[in-house]
Amino acid sequence: MTDTSIPAARRGVPIWVQIIIWVFLVGLLGIVAVGLKRAQEGTVQPGAAIKDFTFELFEGYKYNGQSQIKLSDLRGKVVVINFWASWCKPCEQEAADLQAAWKEYEPTGKVVFIGADYVDTPKEADVYLKKFGITFPNGEDRDVARGRPLSQYFRIKGVPETYFIDRDGVLQYVQVGPFTSIEQIRVQVDKLLK
Amino acid sequence: MSNNHLRITNYGLLLAILTAFIFALSPQALALAQGPTPTDDEVNRIAKQLYCPVCESTPLDVCPTEACRQWRELIRTMLAEGKSEAEIKQYFVEHYGARVLAEPPNRLVTYLVPAVVILLGAFMLFRGFQMWLKPSITEADVKKSAKREAKPVQDPYIAKLEEELKNRK
Repeated sequence: MTDTSIPAARRGVPIWVQIIIWVFLVGLLGIVAVGLKRAQEGTVQPGAAIKDFTFELFEGYKYNGQSQIKLSDLRGKVVVINFWASWCKPCEQEAADLQAAWKEYEPTGKVVFIGADYVDTPKEADVYLKKFGITFPNGEDRDVARGRPLSQYFRIKGVPETYFIDRDGVLQYVQVGPFTSIEQIRVQVDKLLK
Repeated sequence: MSNNHLRITNYGLLLAILTAFIFALSPQALALAQGPTPTDDEVNRIAKQLYCPVCESTPLDVCPTEACRQWRELIRTMLAEGKSEAEIKQYFVEHYGARVLAEPPNRLVTYLVPAVVILLGAFMLFRGFQMWLKPSITEADVKKSAKREAKPVQDPYIAKLEEELKNRK
């Protein structure tokens, strides 16, 4: 006699929607965490093995008769990478010392200096290089193999910054800011040549 | 006398041609050949669509740094060379990355991802509001309700009537 029919129970948010939401939230948190970690890391730290890169030289610059430099081809040599820009006044402070140091080490064939021109305009960069008579290999800050700035890989914080890589391709020292004397450059290079 | 005059005239003509030739090769003449120098407004029309990659969040047209002044001059040179706005922007993207653009590159993913995220969020909110307005009925609620309806409350009048009928028998 009595009506015992019951209404159908309402279901909550479907399981697949819940999974999507959680995956999305966890992914978002992951991205934020990676971003924060990178921001705190600063530049590439000494002890890190430097990944191979290919560097295109400016017109008029050659290394061993080539217009490109591949880091892996320089194994067995000390590599000094200097990030600079024509608009950067502190870069001018160290330009002459870097060139003088290059002139000292070039004949040994054991050291290679590379100048990476950071966010610059070609005309002013050319004027800068001529002004300081810079002859060591120089080019635009770009890893042509990956199509990305080299500075992005080194996570530079500004210019000038100089990276000293040992004969095995491992970063050994980072100079943030300009060198104030040629002696500062010699100390780092000689340490790596021993 | 007339021969001398002729010689002088020839020399004069030669000198004029030589001067014109030298002038034609001069940077000023080359600049004139490229057209008038673009104005600051023309340069800034493009510069404000670009951002300084050195000092973050500063448009190129108002950035006071030396780097940005050089880039504005580069825009002026490229405009004078007859380059279009798109070509200039492409040059900056190629050399300094897409981050220099004030607006992101016109790619499908640039608009698709935010649209999907917004739709997903709207759907979640919609379902949330739906659930708040009509709370779901649990299995326990259903059983309780069925039990209640199976045992209806006895009417006192009917109970008394049934009692009297029973006594008459």
